[in-house]
Amino acid sequence: MTRQTQGAAAAQAGMVQRILHRPITATLIAIALGFGVAAALLAAAGYDPGASFAALFEGVFSKPKYVSNTIIKAAPIILTGISVAFAFKTGLFNIGAEGQYIAGAVCAVLVGAKLDLPMPLQIPLVVIAGVAGGALIGAITGALKARFGIHEVITSIMLNWTMLYLNNFVVQSAAYHRPTSTSSIPVNASSFTTILPAWKTSDAGLETLRQVPWLYDFLVKTDVNIAFLVAVLVAVGAWFVLFRSKLGYELRAVGFSRDAAEFAGMPVGRNTLIAMAIAGAIPGLAGALMVTGVEPHSISTLAGFENYGFNGFSVALIAGSSPIGCIFAGLLFGGMIYGGQSVQMAVGAPTDIINIMIGTIVFFVALARVVPLVADLLERRAQKRGARHA
Amino acid sequence: MLNNLLLLIGITLMYSTPLVFGALGGVISERAGVVNIGIEGMMTVGALAGAAVSFFTGNAWLGFIAAGLAGAAFAVLHAVAAVTFKADQNVSGIALNLLGPGIALFAARLFWGGGTQSPSIETLPKILGKGALAGTPWANLNVDVTVIIGIVAAIAVWFVLYRTKWGLRVRAVGEHPAAADTLGINVGRIRFTCVVLSGMFAGFGGASITLAIISQFTQTAVAGQGFIALAAVIFGKWTPHGAYGACLLFGAAQALVIILGGGVVPVPSELLACLPYVLTLVVLVLFVGRSVAPKADGVPYEKGVR
Repeated sequence: MTRQTQGAAAAQAGMVQRILHRPITATLIAIALGFGVAAALLAAAGYDPGASFAALFEGVFSKPKYVSNTIIKAAPIILTGISVAFAFKTGLFNIGAEGQYIAGAVCAVLVGAKLDLPMPLQIPLVVIAGVAGGALIGAITGALKARFGIHEVITSIMLNWTMLYLNNFVVQSAAYHRPTSTSSIPVNASSFTTILPAWKTSDAGLETLRQVPWLYDFLVKTDVNIAFLVAVLVAVGAWFVLFRSKLGYELRAVGFSRDAAEFAGMPVGRNTLIAMAIAGAIPGLAGALMVTGVEPHSISTLAGFENYGFNGFSVALIAGSSPIGCIFAGLLFGGMIYGGQSVQMAVGAPTDIINIMIGTIVFFVALARVVPLVADLLERRAQKRGARHA
Repeated sequence: MLNNLLLLIGITLMYSTPLVFGALGGVISERAGVVNIGIEGMMTVGALAGAAVSFFTGNAWLGFIAAGLAGAAFAVLHAVAAVTFKADQNVSGIALNLLGPGIALFAARLFWGGGTQSPSIETLPKILGKGALAGTPWANLNVDVTVIIGIVAAIAVWFVLYRTKWGLRVRAVGEHPAAADTLGINVGRIRFTCVVLSGMFAGFGGASITLAIISQFTQTAVAGQGFIALAAVIFGKWTPHGAYGACLLFGAAQALVIILGGGVVPVPSELLACLPYVLTLVVLVLFVGRSVAPKADGVPYEKGVR
């Protein structure tokens, strides 16, 4: 080997090294492996993997309406994802996003269905009610940990179920039950956060929108609402609080080393409470925005969890606990969950394949740190070979 | 009165048994230093495997054994990720919780023609045989045989952990793997074994739902009981006897809900349903307090790193 080609090879290897050491690379590999495992399983069960994935992508991208619905589906899990990521960064395990989400939805209905103020007052009040509900659940979890040393996982699991049954209690209560249904009464129309509701309900507005078919499809046939925009703002806000504020610095210090933070004079107990309250407020916001933004604008009796919180976990994990990353991970998940419904219709393969796919991705994300190790191994081998040649 | 008391005991034992198996699995794994959030997924896999084998062979005992094996095989994924590759144990556990129900429901649809629900299957026997003591209040005590297996399993896990050399090693590995390593204990092998064993117990837990309590597989067969079992592990301070007690408390609270729900007290059923969860928190605050995990729980062991 000449000196020149050796140099080029080394430069190339260096680039591969750099790429393999990027966290995003491991994530992309995990996503590819998720699709691979799902393809193998589909083929083994006698379904055409190609047609299944085609159906998945068509279910997300083939119509503006589908894209719109994907974004609508993604918004709440982006928010729960940010909540889990925020808690992670402060050393807490927010398995309670599920219950905090329910608390947000319930509180939004409690306020929004009884109060009927002008929109600029009504919407903030209803949303704040939801945020407060979620924050309260988070604060309880944080307080029990700070004051009594009770593990946040156990409190969260218990509060998730408590909130599920309280949700059912509100739905069935005389004041909120909608007769002959399994839902509550809806919130008043003044609380709706649907985008351009006036255009969608007035004839003139509909006529204008019809001029632009894709926009008509995107806006009118779906419940497009502000939740996604809010989620992006919250992601930026969470990033700012965590990495650009004194509070965030202290919260992360507690997460990094509780003892060191305590030794440095930081109020560890109070910070735990604050961190959990913030982490709880975000799913609460998601719950409120789903009630105000999406039909039927009410809550229903729950037989089991709807997995908004648990999906948020997957989102946060794939995003590597980065609030901004949650936006993209949430969109990916929203697409898989929404587009996954088309798979069953198109090729008859069970939709559960989507859960297997998501599970596989998360599993390989867990193994993500292996990728740089493999890269190092390859590099050492290359060096050895280089040494032998020289 | 006697009837209600016996009913309370019977339902308590029935509800707590799947939790006992799941919690024992959690205790074994976490005492060796591997956090196991994936109990829920492992239980779901066991619930399906048990139901499917019982359905196709007509033998519930085969189903029960298959459930343990399936749970153990599924747990190998967690062991490979968490022990072999030293991955983040929480992430891999959550992956198992996504994969388990995914695989179980996928398989269920293939087995039973598109639905996620199995037909009624052959179940494990009651301790005194089916229909014994029928018509008397004492029939409430004719519980499923899994209740007894659960008690035996709890005693066995306690004995192994606290009275055998291997158990001492497991605890050492969970508290201070570096020290254990210096004494020549193979940290990786012990952790791997414990995670696989925890899958086996969780599998039994799933099967004790489908093969004893509801006598079929449904989408909501496990429905969060793996998480309750996880809570029982922490509640019981990572000991088999403590976890067993926590499961009994939880089962008793569920039994109270059922008995009080019969119109004894004028409380809406939805509020009554909160009782087990709120009661658990109250008991924790008043009587249990701070729970301290095994020192190395959740920390991958790297040779030479302190």
